[in-house]
Amino acid sequence: MSEALGKSIHKPLSEIEVMLEANRCLYCYDAPCMNACPTHIDVASFIQKISTGNVKGSAYTIMDSNAMGASCARVCPTEELCEGACVYNAAGDSPIRIGDLQRYAIDYVADRDIQLFEPGPDTGKRVAIIGGGPAGLSASRDLRRLGHAVTIFEAKEQLGGLNTYGIVPFRLSVETALWEAEQVVRLGVDVRSGVRVGFDVTLEELIKDYDAVILACGMGNVPKLGIEGENLEGVWDALDFIERAKLGLPIPDLGERVAIIGAGNTAIDALTCAKRLSISRGREARVACYYRRGDEQMTAYQFEYDFAKEEGIEFRFFCAPTRVVGQNLHVNAVEFVKTELRDGKLSPIAGSEFTEPVDTLIRAIGQSRLVETFERLGIAHDSGVVKVDESLQTSRPGVWAAGDCIFEKGMREAMVVEVAEQGKVAARSIDAFLNAKVPA
Amino acid sequence: MANLESNLAGIKSPNPFWLASAPPTNSGYQVMRAFEAGWGGAVWKTLGTPIVNVTSRFAALDYKQNKMIAMNNIELITDRPLDENLKEIAECKKAFPDRSIIASLMEVCEQKAWHELVKRVQEVDIDGFELNFGCPHGMSERGMGSAVGQHPDLIKQVAEWTKEVARVPVIVKLTPNITDIRFGARGAAEGGADAISLINTINSLIGVDLDTWNPVPHVDGKSSHGGYCGPAVKPIALNMVNECARDKDVNIPISGIGGIETWKDAVEFLLLGASNVQVCTAVMHHGFRIVDDMIDGLNNYLDSRGLASVQDLVGKSANRITTWENLNLNYKIIARIDQDKCIHCNKCYVACEDAAHQCIDRISNNGSSMVVVDEEECVGCNLCQMVCPVEECIEMIEIDTGLPSESWKQRSLRLESTVSS
Repeated sequence: MSEALGKSIHKPLSEIEVMLEANRCLYCYDAPCMNACPTHIDVASFIQKISTGNVKGSAYTIMDSNAMGASCARVCPTEELCEGACVYNAAGDSPIRIGDLQRYAIDYVADRDIQLFEPGPDTGKRVAIIGGGPAGLSASRDLRRLGHAVTIFEAKEQLGGLNTYGIVPFRLSVETALWEAEQVVRLGVDVRSGVRVGFDVTLEELIKDYDAVILACGMGNVPKLGIEGENLEGVWDALDFIERAKLGLPIPDLGERVAIIGAGNTAIDALTCAKRLSISRGREARVACYYRRGDEQMTAYQFEYDFAKEEGIEFRFFCAPTRVVGQNLHVNAVEFVKTELRDGKLSPIAGSEFTEPVDTLIRAIGQSRLVETFERLGIAHDSGVVKVDESLQTSRPGVWAAGDCIFEKGMREAMVVEVAEQGKVAARSIDAFLNAKVPA
Repeated sequence: MANLESNLAGIKSPNPFWLASAPPTNSGYQVMRAFEAGWGGAVWKTLGTPIVNVTSRFAALDYKQNKMIAMNNIELITDRPLDENLKEIAECKKAFPDRSIIASLMEVCEQKAWHELVKRVQEVDIDGFELNFGCPHGMSERGMGSAVGQHPDLIKQVAEWTKEVARVPVIVKLTPNITDIRFGARGAAEGGADAISLINTINSLIGVDLDTWNPVPHVDGKSSHGGYCGPAVKPIALNMVNECARDKDVNIPISGIGGIETWKDAVEFLLLGASNVQVCTAVMHHGFRIVDDMIDGLNNYLDSRGLASVQDLVGKSANRITTWENLNLNYKIIARIDQDKCIHCNKCYVACEDAAHQCIDRISNNGSSMVVVDEEECVGCNLCQMVCPVEECIEMIEIDTGLPSESWKQRSLRLESTVSS
């Protein structure tokens, strides 16, 4: 992988930076950072342990609350979570660099191959997890610590879900995502990769063979735009595009102008990925984002937007694609119409059509829901969002759900840290359920 | 998972971390919280005839944005009735039977008074006594506290009186406000004490307010000297603990006190001869929760060293401290600067130039300058390494001189015999 794609945007902290920053932390009591963290990592405590030279203890403290601590340290919107809550903000100083310190502590144990957790004594109970992404891995980790046997059914070849396949390598490397998954597997998890539940194996079989099941299958592909010409060559699903770039699979020449439709985090990933890929090939492309609404409505995190601008990405707001045009079965232009927001309603502006030359078009307009899967599994859903109660149980007894498949539409972006917490909740609920079944 | 159980003269605790007799151990509510947090033991705030405290009582020494590197207190012993304290001690012991509760005592220098207090206190379930001969303010003016602690014969006397009636081990707490800590320690040992604990606080004045010219802290414009404690006193405490550990006339176990904040501090005390440690200032600064990292860090340290038990640390470095005359004059180290890590702050240069032996040269290097140690001249004093802000940028390298090990004592004898022969 080229340096442009592979080199992390996170500069590792120097020893001096680590110790200065860890000692700058006030070690608050009932710290706001901990309360802001969806997984309630005892942040002040893990930072204090770095300052006393107990880095192994620090990593333990982090991962104890969050099995996805390594990826969270890299992709969490910390300025909206822990760092945003840091008391230094109110004191007029910059917040503690919690994400960077977390990364430092976990890299420490990863570099030394230190195993932090052990499986609990065998309970004889077996749980099936559908989907080996962050939600499924988080649930698996806690279930193993509780002593229940776990089997993960993963449709892809590798574990990690979007951490492995969907987040650009310069933000979260495949190596880190797989290390994180490996820490779960080494507690003794049976992994069945390349298996799609609902197709290769049915839910009925799982419910019969296992004592509990967690559905953590995430979401589907990026849906089509629904416009003429979008099946031409050179038109991509953003997640396919990123996956290929991440795994080093062949991607044809991007040409001179790349257009991405959409302005969520995946769009930013596709934009910056395309930019860096073109640079690595010695032909830097003009890469632009086309979004039907404005920057105030875009769902990408502010720091992602800033990052994209620094990378030289152009942003065109309030325009929507109407037609993809091509030559020799390959896209070479896209027709747009300008849009406007009136009383909260988005509508095209008559007579405002314009055409942009485009060599590669990538759609990043969200992900479809796995409605067909839910139907096959016989699980109640609300237009593709699996219905769950507080303890994440679905409409089918013995089946829980966590992760993107329960993420409600229309809200902001889903976060790895949130689904990590959901995995914990599901594991806890299942444990209580399994213990209740044990005869007195 | 290492074994953290500690044993001080027969008083067993699940870990070596005790709370010292101080504001954090004033009440049952606090000690319960401490035990919930994981502390192995607590020495109750000194029991005796209740006093009245003044306001204010504490002041801190901050150092350049580093808060509370030490503090000073003019607080006295318990201000609550004995019965109330004993009731709370009993409740704590019942709730946490595996933790050690030590009753700290202070009385006037009379046998009857000590006997009565000891008998009364041991009506409740406690694991040991600690005799407070260290309070340097407030009580000393009344003939107690450090008024006793400065007289080894009085220490011996009171220790004997206590041992006459005590049913549990007796620890004598020593004051550092003396000429030689060993005298008091020997007095305690001679009096039959089962262990000693040190150091209590050091006589101090934190400072003066430059606007009001009042002392800090002040009570209606005045103050008395107070007891100094916290991270800044650790080196003083380490030395005193070690002197007692090495003294053949002391020979009883030691509970180490003085600026312990982290597991590393605790390990240092244990290596130099303490069997367990007591903590106060760090808890006053951060709360009882600091014990979590102390236990965790100590555990990880023992695991990383392949040690099965915390007791494997006790005294392991004690006898590497000796008198100066026994140090090897032929041991040579010099400083070496890593030019890749150097950030060119030049602090090593000015320190060596002004305050050491002028062994660092500033050398021009393509328009910029770099600092290089003159290895022939360097005396290996360490100062440059101390002031350097970059970790491991300056290393002290051992140089093989080819000369045999020879101390000043040995050299004096050698030279004397050369002269006389």
